[in-house]
Amino acid sequence: MKIHEYQAKELFRKYSVPVPEGSVCETVAEVVELAGTMGFPVAVKAQIHAGGRGKGGGVKVARSAEEVETAAGAILGMQLVTKQTGPEGRLVRKVLVEKGVRIKKELYLSIIPNRETASITIIASQDGGMDIEEVAEKSPERIIKVSVNPLVGIQGFHLRQVCFGLELDPALMKSVSAVLRNLYRLFVDYDCSLVEINPLIITEDNAIIALDAKMDIDSNSLFRHPDVVAMHDPFEDDPAEAEAAKFNLNYIKLDGNVGNMVNGAGLAMATMDIIKQAGASPANFLDVGGGANAEMVENGFRIILADPNVKGILINIFGGILRCDVLAQGVVQAAQHVNLSVPVVVRMEGTNVDEGRRILAESGMKLINATDLADAASKVAEIVA
Amino acid sequence: MSILVNSETRVLVQGITGKEGQFHARQCIEYGTRVVAGVTPGKGGQFMDSVPVFDTVRSARQQTGANASMILVPPPFAAEAILEAADAGIELIVCITEGIPVLDMLRVKNYLGQTPSRLIGPNCPGIITPGECKIGIMPGAIHKPGGPVGVVSRSGTLTYEVVHQLTKVGLGQTTCIGIGGDPVNGTGFIDCLERFNADPKTEAVVMVGEIGGNAEEKASAWIKENMKKPVVGFIAGLTAPPGRRMGHAGAIVSGGQGTAAAKITAMEESGLYVCKDLGSLGRLCKEAFS
Repeated sequence: MKIHEYQAKELFRKYSVPVPEGSVCETVAEVVELAGTMGFPVAVKAQIHAGGRGKGGGVKVARSAEEVETAAGAILGMQLVTKQTGPEGRLVRKVLVEKGVRIKKELYLSIIPNRETASITIIASQDGGMDIEEVAEKSPERIIKVSVNPLVGIQGFHLRQVCFGLELDPALMKSVSAVLRNLYRLFVDYDCSLVEINPLIITEDNAIIALDAKMDIDSNSLFRHPDVVAMHDPFEDDPAEAEAAKFNLNYIKLDGNVGNMVNGAGLAMATMDIIKQAGASPANFLDVGGGANAEMVENGFRIILADPNVKGILINIFGGILRCDVLAQGVVQAAQHVNLSVPVVVRMEGTNVDEGRRILAESGMKLINATDLADAASKVAEIVA
Repeated sequence: MSILVNSETRVLVQGITGKEGQFHARQCIEYGTRVVAGVTPGKGGQFMDSVPVFDTVRSARQQTGANASMILVPPPFAAEAILEAADAGIELIVCITEGIPVLDMLRVKNYLGQTPSRLIGPNCPGIITPGECKIGIMPGAIHKPGGPVGVVSRSGTLTYEVVHQLTKVGLGQTTCIGIGGDPVNGTGFIDCLERFNADPKTEAVVMVGEIGGNAEEKASAWIKENMKKPVVGFIAGLTAPPGRRMGHAGAIVSGGQGTAAAKITAMEESGLYVCKDLGSLGRLCKEAFS
């Protein structure tokens, strides 16, 4: 789960990771008032869950009351388009207003869980303020990676590896080490899947400040982080995906025209692939999971059909825990409640498949039966062609 | 022959009195698995059907000689359940639970490295040696005993699809292992491939991967160097958009890493038979393995 920059910075403050003086605002008047009390220059930063805000015009520096009013007016309410938002962009409802700082040097610092080595990895670079993936590609020698065994935790030598690797002025090592140690503690306490500061700046008077803050928290850990759950911003959710999540359905909207409903993530991905290989294009990823019931199947149908691009639906169920008869009942029940306006191809296999097929055959519904996966894909591709 | 589990394996079920635990313990017993004990703290002394329930894994192991565990407890308690099983000396731990926090699994993985225990999963369908022992939630009936094919997969229902196709074309299985869809898991592809390589009954292997991470690339390189038997590979997620987690926590293409295309290239370069169209996997195996 992603949180906003201003929320991450509140947690940074709690963990003694220094951030600029500032606060979140929702109206132009609030921004102008806050900037007046802090003094100029100030930065006005759009709060959306996407990177590349600066390039999209979502971050502006203002040097006077007039400038800050113009900046806040331009950003608040704008449809901000960045490389991560898609062409429709994201409506900006909040801005973070921060007091300007004098930058001497920009560093990069992040912490991630490392699936290869089962460790927690710190990534640092002297080339802060840039796209880190680009730095890693062009000058990998300027990226420092230090891995920490999670059973042991962060040690002095880890900190030294980072500090010496960054070729820091010895006078700064103590304060950078403190920031890193605190950030590691925050990472572990909050079950993060990413904490990133880009840039971490050294000011002209040698203070270390996190100018930006990005935090992504492991959704599987939310049961032990009620305070993070409270930070959830529903405006950042895709409406269809949020609706699906309410029913424990795992839905991702794509831009094709073949809706599909599958049990299991791997089989769902493979089904999308086979639709593509048959010459059509998937409209979604939808995993109803192993324990799906009739109601979930019905809701799955509703969500798929809400997408106007959908011209045909492929149901591919391999009955394991989810029995085929339960799935069939769900399909019949859904047909009674939702208007099935497009053709539906059904491919079922596994537990209680004969009973499932009988239920569908006796329902009087116009379903297209597929004998196997290859048959299913070609039938649905024919429909949408 | 088979790998890791057989008719001698003595299984205990952690979380046996829960809804899932009860259902799947019964399914395993019905398949012929020797389920010798269950563990639910506070319910020691009771029975689930005829299976004795214990308060701790340690006591269950001491009194029944269980050497494998199937874990079906909710995510907040699953990491601890794995640790408890390892601490009690259980040799093979199969964790079915989906949704364990990654940091929990990082700690578990590092702890397990100091013990002789082997973990399969989490977030997996489990392991089955057809006709002998099923530790997991897969439908037993789709499997065909006796080999000659070993199956190792990151996915659940996708594995059932693969096994079903193998059975339909007359290819039985020695052992099928779901290693799980999480970014941090216990047993990996290479562990399984090594064992299949050494198992005289296994003549060929199907390896099913998906987007995310680089486990398939590493496994392919290992196969090129070491594997004496033909391997058919399949990767799910060619059409998955980057940056989106496709159901499984581990199935995500990020920073240009973990794409299906890169994995398929790695498999091809390592001499695997790559199946690009899932609908024809059974047929391809029949050809490749004959």
